[in-house]
Amino acid sequence: MSPIHDQSYRHYEGERRALGRAWSVIARTGIQSSLSRRWFAVLLVVSWLPFVVGTIQIYALTLYPQVNQIWPVDAHRFMQFIEQQSIWVFFVTIFAGSGLIANDRRANALQIYLSKPLLRSEYIGGKFAVLATFLMFVTLLPALLLLVMQVMFAGNLDFLRANMYVVPSVILASLMRVLISAATMLALSSLSKSTRFVAILYAGAIFFTNAIYVLLVAITGSTRVAWVSIGANMENVTDVMFRQPPRYETPVIVSILILLGLLAVSFSVLERRVRGVEIVA
Amino acid sequence: MADSAVTLDHVSVAYGKQAALRDVSVAFPKGAVGLLGPNGAGKSTMLKALLGFVAPKTGRLQVLGLNVAERPLEVRSRLGYMPENDGHIPGMNAVTFVAYCGQLSGLPKTDAMQRAHEVLYYVGLGEARYRKLEEYSTGMKQRIKLAQALVHDPALLFLDEPTNGMDPKGREEMLELIRDLAHNKGVDLILSSHLLPDVEYTCDHVVVLDKGAIATSGSIDQLKGPSARVYEVRVKGPHAPFVAALVAAGMRCEESDEDVTRVFVPGPLVVPGEDQQRICAEALKCGVQVRHLRTSLPSLEDVFARAVGES
Repeated sequence: MSPIHDQSYRHYEGERRALGRAWSVIARTGIQSSLSRRWFAVLLVVSWLPFVVGTIQIYALTLYPQVNQIWPVDAHRFMQFIEQQSIWVFFVTIFAGSGLIANDRRANALQIYLSKPLLRSEYIGGKFAVLATFLMFVTLLPALLLLVMQVMFAGNLDFLRANMYVVPSVILASLMRVLISAATMLALSSLSKSTRFVAILYAGAIFFTNAIYVLLVAITGSTRVAWVSIGANMENVTDVMFRQPPRYETPVIVSILILLGLLAVSFSVLERRVRGVEIVA
Repeated sequence: MADSAVTLDHVSVAYGKQAALRDVSVAFPKGAVGLLGPNGAGKSTMLKALLGFVAPKTGRLQVLGLNVAERPLEVRSRLGYMPENDGHIPGMNAVTFVAYCGQLSGLPKTDAMQRAHEVLYYVGLGEARYRKLEEYSTGMKQRIKLAQALVHDPALLFLDEPTNGMDPKGREEMLELIRDLAHNKGVDLILSSHLLPDVEYTCDHVVVLDKGAIATSGSIDQLKGPSARVYEVRVKGPHAPFVAALVAAGMRCEESDEDVTRVFVPGPLVVPGEDQQRICAEALKCGVQVRHLRTSLPSLEDVFARAVGES
């Protein structure tokens, strides 16, 4: 006699994962969801064009050393590469990040998430990991691969030996962009239920602060006011990371403090906005 | 209390200056418990405090013997919560959504997917499980919320207004599911509702909240039973003085439809027929004719009205 299989509600007797790993589920699902949008995958592919150009440049240099006279591959070239990627950082942040929390707020999903055994920090961490993964894909990964290309085509480690600071500088400069962009976008995404509005807010935060900076420079004639621009602060700090003289007169410590302040404000906003209940005072 | 699924010990919750729960102490026994109260009584706030969404200003909350403030993750891993408002993860179909909720609750990916299929069939969404959640009707959204609450096989379910917005047939099916879970599947549950028939049909115990405080609690049968005997009375003549006379004689009167007054007679019954004689005697004194007098079964509505009226 075959056993009768209960097809109604059955109790679960299988294994359960340890608590504290829900962030990885959120991250994995978020990444898969973003990649399922074809145009976003295309954007990611296109963002590697500068890497292809850089690789061709390095290859040309190995074939024709005189190329170094007109198009040098030095430590500055890697800094330049990371700054070139800023435009892709901007687009990826907008397209992958603006809906991360806003969509959940629109669909009342926060109460679903937070009724599960996960902390608010895990939820934020999972969402952060989604955006950070894509941003590292367009900054850190191609920059490090470009270094690998340089070593491979040169056939020796001379460049790295001569510029020992380049690897940590590349990592730090990339991670700074990832951290600032992802934290700012997540905070903005938690403020609204509209993805478009969040995208406009983020673009506004980047362009508006830069526009104010340009205006202030025109009025004061000094770049000491560069601290008002998020982008200028990152450039200032990047210069120091790559052992270059800061391009703005704003002290680097001020730029660092501004960026740290931005991070603190972002996480404070997230702490207030990501809750199971919305309390209207 | 060992037999309690949930206990609240002098719990107060406030939103800003607005108190939502005021020094509430109550124990929810295992089984199916109805959490009743008018709108704004604090039912949803109580559930949200038990989930750790809002921190109490004072007091201690325990769920399945675990302190909510100290072990919130363990508490939530053993809970299923069906929220009052619509809620879903955007862009997912039903089976992906429920499986995702299972994974968030700690189930491995394959098990979560298998459970998702099972619970979707159980709640009646088996055929619609590959449809996008955005396309679901209100009734289907209620079912999907129940499915996501059940996927990890919780020991205790919180159901917040589970029949909201459902048509009569859907409501009946939802109540059947809830009743089946509580009485046949061994899932303890707390059903928060302002619909008394829903609670009366599915639950064995009830906790009545009013203005953030406990108005009454206990087994429905007990609450309905011994505290009063109920009679339906219809009279011809001046009605108001008759009701006043009954109240003066220690009875409680409630007007219902079609001129019928429900009369609650407190205290133990000493002689059979004594209550009817007292009512008729008062009618005689007031000069009204009794046209209709019969025993009525007390309902949860009576319990609720009495509790909320007294609190």
